[in-house]
Amino acid sequence: MARVIINDTPVEVFKDATILEAAKELDGVYIPTLCHMNLESFNVEHRVGSCRICMVDVEMQGRKKMMPACCTPVQDGMIIKTNTAEVIQARRIVLELLLSDHPFDCLNCAKNLNCELQALAQQFGIDYLSYKGAMSQYPVDVSSKAIKRDLSKCIMCRRCETACNDIQTVGTLSGYGRGFNAVVAPAEMKPLSNTNCVMCGQCVNVCPTAALTGISYTKKVWAALSDPSKKVVVQVAPAVRVAIGEEFGEQPGTDMTGKLVSGLKQIGFDAVFDTNFSADLTIMEEAHEFLERLKNNDNLPILTSCCPGWVNFLEFQFPDLINIPSSCKSPQQMFGAIAKTYYAEKIGIKPENLIVVSVMPCQAKKYEAGRPEFAPNGVQDVDYVVTTRELATMFREAGVDITKMRDDNFDNPLGESTGAAVIFGVTGGVLEAALRTAYEWATGKELKNVDFTVVRGLEGIKEATIDLDGKKVNVAVSSGLGNTRKLLEKIQKGECHYHMIEIMACPGGCINGGGQPFIHADTDILQQRMKGIYCIDKDKETRKSHENPYIQKLYREFLGQPGGEKSHKLLHTEYYRK
Amino acid sequence: MKFEKINSYPQLLERYKALQYLLGLRVDNAGEKPTFERDILVCGGTGCVSSDSAKIVENLQSEIKARGLEQKVQVLKTGCFGFCEKGPIVLVQPDNVFYVQVTPNDAKDIVEQHIVGGSRVERLLYEEPLLKRKIERSKDIPFYKKQIRIALRNCGVINPENIHEYIATQGFQALGKCLSEMTGPQVIDFMKKSGLRGRGGGGFPTGIKWEAARKFESPEKFIICNADEGDPGAFMDRSILEGDPCSVLEAMAIAGYAIGASQGYIYIRAEYPLAIHRLQIAIEQARKIGMLGKNIMDSGFNFDIELKFGAGAFVCGEETALIHSIEGNRGEPTTKPPFPAESGLWKVPTCVNNVETFANVPAIINKGVEWFNSIGTEKSKGTKVFALAGKINNVGLVEVPMGTTLREIIYDIGGGIRGGKDFKAVQTGGPSGGCITKENLDTPITYENLTAIGSMMGSGGMIVMDEANCMVNIAKFYLEFTLDESCGKCTPCRIGNKRLHEMLTQITDGKAEEDTMEKLAALADTIKKTSLCGLGQTSPNPVLSTMKFFKNEYIEHIRDHKCSAGVCKNLMQYFILSDKCIGCTACARNCPQNCISGKVKQPHVIDQSKCIKCGLCYQKCKFSAIEIR
Repeated sequence: MARVIINDTPVEVFKDATILEAAKELDGVYIPTLCHMNLESFNVEHRVGSCRICMVDVEMQGRKKMMPACCTPVQDGMIIKTNTAEVIQARRIVLELLLSDHPFDCLNCAKNLNCELQALAQQFGIDYLSYKGAMSQYPVDVSSKAIKRDLSKCIMCRRCETACNDIQTVGTLSGYGRGFNAVVAPAEMKPLSNTNCVMCGQCVNVCPTAALTGISYTKKVWAALSDPSKKVVVQVAPAVRVAIGEEFGEQPGTDMTGKLVSGLKQIGFDAVFDTNFSADLTIMEEAHEFLERLKNNDNLPILTSCCPGWVNFLEFQFPDLINIPSSCKSPQQMFGAIAKTYYAEKIGIKPENLIVVSVMPCQAKKYEAGRPEFAPNGVQDVDYVVTTRELATMFREAGVDITKMRDDNFDNPLGESTGAAVIFGVTGGVLEAALRTAYEWATGKELKNVDFTVVRGLEGIKEATIDLDGKKVNVAVSSGLGNTRKLLEKIQKGECHYHMIEIMACPGGCINGGGQPFIHADTDILQQRMKGIYCIDKDKETRKSHENPYIQKLYREFLGQPGGEKSHKLLHTEYYRK
Repeated sequence: MKFEKINSYPQLLERYKALQYLLGLRVDNAGEKPTFERDILVCGGTGCVSSDSAKIVENLQSEIKARGLEQKVQVLKTGCFGFCEKGPIVLVQPDNVFYVQVTPNDAKDIVEQHIVGGSRVERLLYEEPLLKRKIERSKDIPFYKKQIRIALRNCGVINPENIHEYIATQGFQALGKCLSEMTGPQVIDFMKKSGLRGRGGGGFPTGIKWEAARKFESPEKFIICNADEGDPGAFMDRSILEGDPCSVLEAMAIAGYAIGASQGYIYIRAEYPLAIHRLQIAIEQARKIGMLGKNIMDSGFNFDIELKFGAGAFVCGEETALIHSIEGNRGEPTTKPPFPAESGLWKVPTCVNNVETFANVPAIINKGVEWFNSIGTEKSKGTKVFALAGKINNVGLVEVPMGTTLREIIYDIGGGIRGGKDFKAVQTGGPSGGCITKENLDTPITYENLTAIGSMMGSGGMIVMDEANCMVNIAKFYLEFTLDESCGKCTPCRIGNKRLHEMLTQITDGKAEEDTMEKLAALADTIKKTSLCGLGQTSPNPVLSTMKFFKNEYIEHIRDHKCSAGVCKNLMQYFILSDKCIGCTACARNCPQNCISGKVKQPHVIDQSKCIKCGLCYQKCKFSAIEIR
């Protein structure tokens, strides 16, 4: 323990605590921060100390100095003052400097009222800038279909760099240029589409300003909705329903399913479907594929393939493992393929006149929807992807407060789902769902307890051995690409032997996706979203994908058998070395 | 050359005796009979190499060969002599005749007149500017009179590409002594008692730094030599590495032994090809003779050194940035603590010292604490190397005892101000330092004194300015440097310095507002207090010190839109005095803007709106009819 004095009050804190952490022990003492972000729950340290907003006065052994509270560890005997006039003056000048090199376009900025720099300006009562001068200007990079980079708004907090390099180990973003021209960018300032970016969007989630945002397709969705020649349907991913409420003041984890359906119908979608339906479909195909490979002891482990960020990561970074993931398309793409064939036929329209919109917690889904292999005859299976945050904006724009909506049900035939589908939204869920079905198919027995709690929780890597009625199956779950890298490297070295592995690019899974409402590194929110997901699962009557009656009907009427010829054509894909 | 391994300290001492003959002509009381009758030493430092000193060596050699004197006379390339103003330098030993500004064509005369004829080549001798008398021996030249050479002791004396010559100067004996007679803590204690302080800028006591790195337990530790010299005009580290690379290697091994490290890195900028070349040779030879590698002198101590090349970013001189650069990351600093002594290169305890600091270490161990303590002042022991530059007569590298006054350096050693002009200020500490004015010329140079008068020791750059320098412009110049060299990590340095520079530009353009000085001061103060690393924390110093000592110049620029020094072009106007102009048209014919009009034999007029202040009319007018206002 270390004893320090903060604003004349003695405080005792653990030895390695920062001044910022120590100050939290005191009620009513607040130190403003900007570049700081507490990422310890992801086992990553972000102690950059670059913005210099959190400066405090520190006296130690008779020497006085201003130090950044966020990254200075306390030492026994420190005398800290957090709010002297001198400190406040220095902070204000630092903030004014940041603002003097930041575009004043708050009114038409995607992060308006969601911007940490703006919030500080408001908090400091900035109404005039003493220092003005040249401003950084860069072309906006929208090359990637998913992530927009506007470096004129970069404040060098380096959070995106930490997310990209330390959490995700993708390594696309780093400091570039020097002095006044320093920004965080890909090497050689390449456009994002020419880099190894996997589009996971974790950088977007941590960016305090609008230097990194999602590329929005909402205008195109509005245009489709107002086009009488098009039929516009929408699918909603599992993780969206437990998070979108936050945008309207609800507690994280609140199940918004019914209200969300109402809202989507309100803004004009012709049919509101559920990605959970195609999640069940994914399990049918994936469990089948798994059991085949398990039976022949061939090409194991099988890796899940629902997550487009993870698929990109695999293609860029582990090309030698390109043959081991399941060949199943993701639920989003399975939905698109079924909608534009089975459903289009059913309602008698041409696929090009059916517009499929996805609401996803994800930025990489935007990229996935645009992959050429998912556009048979040049018609994309999924036309537009909007994120949870973007859908909330659409609702606000339309004056729809979904919290006040009545509950409604998804439309059929692509709206029915089981509890196994909704858990796709959280790390471990896909694996658990697959096990529920695989168990019954492999053993021919009924699975009494469907809760595989060993694979639940937000830890980055989880391992378990599951007893398929005598046959021991080793499984692993990883979320976050840094964790995934560790696991895959073990596999490459032959250090571990699993039969099935679930991988999600974002730490915690889709509930922490790059398109979800901002959590500002508050992982309690993720816990609540996770709880919400498992509640929905628990409350479902059917909790095994193969028991979904509409899935059964789909196979009867259209697909034939899981792993059959038609399934292979519509629901499976392959991966490419990048 | 054959390099036999030295297996023990006594064997090193034997080898030392056996190799004494190498320096027989160059060092007093070397005691051994030399093989040659004469050594001709030619400066092989970067400066003289650029002035064709390699060709001088070549020509000398062929002249000697032509006369069949190869067995009697050898020509050697040495490190820098320091008197760069008069380079290339050739020293003939044992006659101790110092030739200056030698060209390749002079080789013939040196051999014919001096070596063969036994006389002197008069025209190549140094001429004392006041009395116009020729001086033969370097010792008698005022430039060298007040110097004491410790760090530069072997520069200009030995051939840096032959480790045997280093051994002949007691080389590696300090290491041998440490390994065989002292423990690590004893070495540290010795260094603490010596009072040696870091020569890279901060002035932190070297012994305490080593002690801190020793204190942290770790199976692996590193020694780093910071050779990322970057202050404008400073080149002492380069000269040491070019002239005496082995002393740095030896000191690094000693530091490694003291703190418990077995690997060292020299972080050197890639723009120093000659220093890199000589270091590579030195490392290779040191490995061959067993002064680097496993079980050095049978002590059980292992130490090796690797070179790491920097791309020339000034900020990489900051130790944490340097460490990140070696790790292969972007060269930018991180907040201290943790200090490198606790968590440095690859997160293990690391000790970073500067080249000049290291170069002092073997000498201190060989000659003892008392000897070192007897040089310098109470708190600043030993000597300091300064790179003299700017408006001074004797540009070059000088090593003086701490406590020498600025006046002695500038006037006695530096030969005073160029062109007999008035001294205005001297900038020490490079872009991080400040300006020192006439009033403080008699301040004895110590770490404390320089800080007290608003500047700093820095790495030893010393740029002299005369009355023709505009101090606002000087501040702007230094800020431009930090602006270019800032890594851009923290806000105050990235944006703050940009804004400071913009305000200074407004001042030199005559566009500044009345309150600009207050704004400058407030911003400079915040940048100092809030920047992340030393670069940012010291970057406003040139602005602050010029504002303090030359406030009137700032006011003159801001209020009167005037630059008395005539440097700020946007504040100057050229006028033709009608009573003096005879209408010769020379100005009008030479004006690149065609903005001077007037008929032949009638007074001309300058159109101020078009004038770009190139000054050509001023130069061309033979009748002093053009005036600067």
